[in-house]
Amino acid sequence: MTTAAADADIHAALSGVTRVYPETIATPPVHALGPLDLELKRGEFFAVVGPSGCGKSTLLEVLAGLQQPTAGTVMFEGRTVSGKVPDGIGVVFQEDASFPWMTVWDNAAFGLRRNGVATAEIRRRVDDALAFMGLTEFARAYPAQLSGGMRQRVCISRTLVLQPRLILLDEPFGALDAQTRLLMGDEVLRLWRRTGATVLLITHALDEAAMLSDRIGAMSARPGRFLDIVVTGWSRERDSKIVSEPQFGEITGRLWEDLRGESLKSLGHPGMAAG
Amino acid sequence: MSRVGWIRLAVLAIAIGLLELCCRLGLIDQRVVIPPSEMAVALVRLLISGEANEQIVRTFGIVLLAALISVVAGFALGAVIHALPRVRQSLDPFFATYYAVPIFIFYPVMIVIFGLSAIPIVLMGVATAIVAMIIATLNGLDRVPQVLAKVARVHRMGAIATALRLKLPAAAPHLFTGVKLAVSYAFIGVIASEFILAPAGLGRVISDAYTDFNNRQMYALMLLLIIVATIVNMFLHVVDQRWAERRGIAKP
Ligand SMILES: Nc1ncnc2c1ncn2[C@@H]1O[C@H](COP(=O)(O)OP(=O)(O)OP(=O)(O)O)[C@@H](O)[C@H]1O
Ligand SMILES: [Mg+2]
Repeated sequence: MTTAAADADIHAALSGVTRVYPETIATPPVHALGPLDLELKRGEFFAVVGPSGCGKSTLLEVLAGLQQPTAGTVMFEGRTVSGKVPDGIGVVFQEDASFPWMTVWDNAAFGLRRNGVATAEIRRRVDDALAFMGLTEFARAYPAQLSGGMRQRVCISRTLVLQPRLILLDEPFGALDAQTRLLMGDEVLRLWRRTGATVLLITHALDEAAMLSDRIGAMSARPGRFLDIVVTGWSRERDSKIVSEPQFGEITGRLWEDLRGESLKSLGHPGMAAG
Repeated sequence: MSRVGWIRLAVLAIAIGLLELCCRLGLIDQRVVIPPSEMAVALVRLLISGEANEQIVRTFGIVLLAALISVVAGFALGAVIHALPRVRQSLDPFFATYYAVPIFIFYPVMIVIFGLSAIPIVLMGVATAIVAMIIATLNGLDRVPQVLAKVARVHRMGAIATALRLKLPAAAPHLFTGVKLAVSYAFIGVIASEFILAPAGLGRVISDAYTDFNNRQMYALMLLLIIVATIVNMFLHVVDQRWAERRGIAKP
């Protein structure tokens, strides 16, 4: 299985990863994740779906190097990830992480300025990213003057300008209504096609996952494990119109089948899950 | 100006007018209080004569120094204490009761240690002001969203860069409350110390004028203090409002 060619295709991988949050004065230890394995192929769009609290954000943070796995190893571009976020990984968090004291433009320029990129290059990349995310006319606005979804787009721009090779998105549109979210999905697809990056998207919306991804990992209730990996088989040029195709219904149906019981479990109804 | 602003101004004008009237009609003995208009005239004369300039510069210089030390050291201490939860837990009761203790009782001790100079006065100013800044810093840092620390790590920022580039600005609106309080408290600490015992300074001059029945000098300098303190506060208030507005924080 591990020929050199196959390895080169694997962009990031988790093997035997477990994450247990240690005990504190107030709380017992929490086994949040795993053990699980995951191999992200270079350039693929992978979505993770699962019930609330199943460890999705934990998975993302372990993969990004923000958290140390309790057991197992994390690899990115052939190197072990440990204690530090490797260069080439961009993360958009579930919470609003825009900087309220900076304009949209300065928010987007933050990482480039820190890296000491030349001013002209910063201007080019930031203007480009803001245009791409539809924020050009808000470049001088402050995050407080934007809607929640727009603020997430600011955070995406801030990540995008750094040209990450692996983009991790944690429910970036969780606060949006279903229709707007599907349209934002088109944006994410455009982004993915244009950058050629590998994307891992966490979402709790099955339709969103089905429409966007090459593969979808359905996670169990906590401690999160992969119950099923669904391969969608969409072409790279897909957009939100595929929601009317019969295959779309099959995929969401299968995901729902996978997750129904787990969602009940995470709500605290194990008896119903068995039925 | 807003309608409330006008009403506020009117209340102030009426109060001053009433005082003026009472003094002029002899309802208030002019040996006790001189009319506000005469206070203003006395202040202008005093400023033109330049008699008190040295004292004025000295006192406001000390207030400024005490406020600066309190803000910078208060922030640094606050940040360190915030990073050490156990230390914070043990210190919390002291912070909670600090302003319940009349810290001026320590002023004589400071004079004994440092002599009758500007140092004990600066220290009293700092002592009254710094804890307000520490408390504001703790509050502000508590309100910094956790996710910013993650963003910092994604950008591979060190602890100091994270504190200065992300946590400080995120906490800034709350820190500014500390700055406002620290400036006011520094005023109080410095002037009150000068009142009690000092080789020089406005507090001392006012106290001397009081002992000498020199009403004009006394009221002129009191007026000066009130005007300066008000202007400084208004300035800080305006800066605070602008800042908060931009960031979408409603401040009363
Ligand atoms: N810092 C932490 N300390 C202790 N336990 C934690 C911590 N963060 C998360 N957990 C626990 O780990 C479990 C998984 O959390 P996680 O945030 O990864 O879930 P999630 O799948 O992202 O949920 P959601 O869909 O609601 O965002 C939860 O039960 C949570 O209580
Ligand atoms: Mg989450």
